[in-house]
Amino acid sequence: MNKTLNHKAWFLVLPVFALVAFSAVVPLMTVVNYSVQDTFGNNQFFWNGVGWFAELLDPSRELGGRFFDALWRTLLFSAIILAIEIPLGIAVALAMPREGWTVALCLVLMALPLLIPWNVVGTIWQVFARGDIGLLGWVVNHLGIDYNYTGHSLDAWVTIIVMDVWHWTSLVALLCYAGLKSIPDAYYQAARIDGASRWAVFRTIQLPKMRRVLLIAVLLRFMDSFMIYTEPFVLTGGGPGNATTFLSIDLVKLALGQFDLGKAAAMSIVYNLIILAICWVFYTVMTNVDADRERVEA
Amino acid sequence: MPDLAWMAWTWQTGLFFAGIASLLLVMTVLAVARPEAERVGVLRIPTTRGDRLFISLLGAAFIHLAWLGFFGPEQLWWAFGLSLVYAAAVFRFV
Repeated sequence: MNKTLNHKAWFLVLPVFALVAFSAVVPLMTVVNYSVQDTFGNNQFFWNGVGWFAELLDPSRELGGRFFDALWRTLLFSAIILAIEIPLGIAVALAMPREGWTVALCLVLMALPLLIPWNVVGTIWQVFARGDIGLLGWVVNHLGIDYNYTGHSLDAWVTIIVMDVWHWTSLVALLCYAGLKSIPDAYYQAARIDGASRWAVFRTIQLPKMRRVLLIAVLLRFMDSFMIYTEPFVLTGGGPGNATTFLSIDLVKLALGQFDLGKAAAMSIVYNLIILAICWVFYTVMTNVDADRERVEA
Repeated sequence: MPDLAWMAWTWQTGLFFAGIASLLLVMTVLAVARPEAERVGVLRIPTTRGDRLFISLLGAAFIHLAWLGFFGPEQLWWAFGLSLVYAAAVFRFV
């Protein structure tokens, strides 16, 4: 039987709503205003209707071309990041000790990369990967591999991906570890009595129990990689050419570099809508996974 | 009256936001006056009226963008009409 909901408690959210309105809703309204106009500065605006949106969504135009290029680049980047970090994070979590003094040591070591600010990570890797004074770049070059992340697109991509994996895999690992720790010992004992293989234990006990944290991990890593700005900006500045110009970098170039407020506003609205849609899907799946489980357990 | 020139208001965007604000207002009044129950529709997820409004608005945005991308800025009112049909379907079936 369905219970009637009482929404009156939502009025308690009003203070937060006022704060969010001030910090997010009003600026967003301004962006919408900009997206349908053109400006030459000095607060003078000219009506352009849906012109910028039409240009943005037409790959044969200059704006549309660079938008779709940056969008595919960003999606590809997110896909690669998820494909590497999620399995690697699970593997690391499975390998971490469950008891003893090494647990604390492991947790601290894993948390260390997460504490470093984005621009510092970018700077570390920028120096680390340099061919002349960086350890990584120097070693790779002396192994006979022609590696130069400022000159070759592929090298730039590899460097950014390795940097992101170094920075964020531990987040996935820590989340999965928390999921693993919550599995009662009785499950493993039952599996041992049944003579389950290591793989069977992973597939039927550990993976289902990690499902919720894994969903959170995928959502966090997807959003972070889809919105990545600082690290590639510091490391490659979007180059060589436009090879690592992700959506966020392109957006900043457009808005602050060229001061094309109208085009940039249209691009940010579309960018925002994509993120909103993906977030909604993730959120819905996440909340319903729980609801399903509660139903099953009930 | 504060100086709002930096926000670059036009009557069109004003109308747009007034529309959204009145939608939210109607939903709020409705939620207080007629409390509702969640229901499960074709998407097999429990939704409230607010969820359905959100799905409708987000979908409407994508319908307009898709129309712009495929057919260009002419006859954008068709996309608006399509969005209304879509919203009605969402409120009926989701």
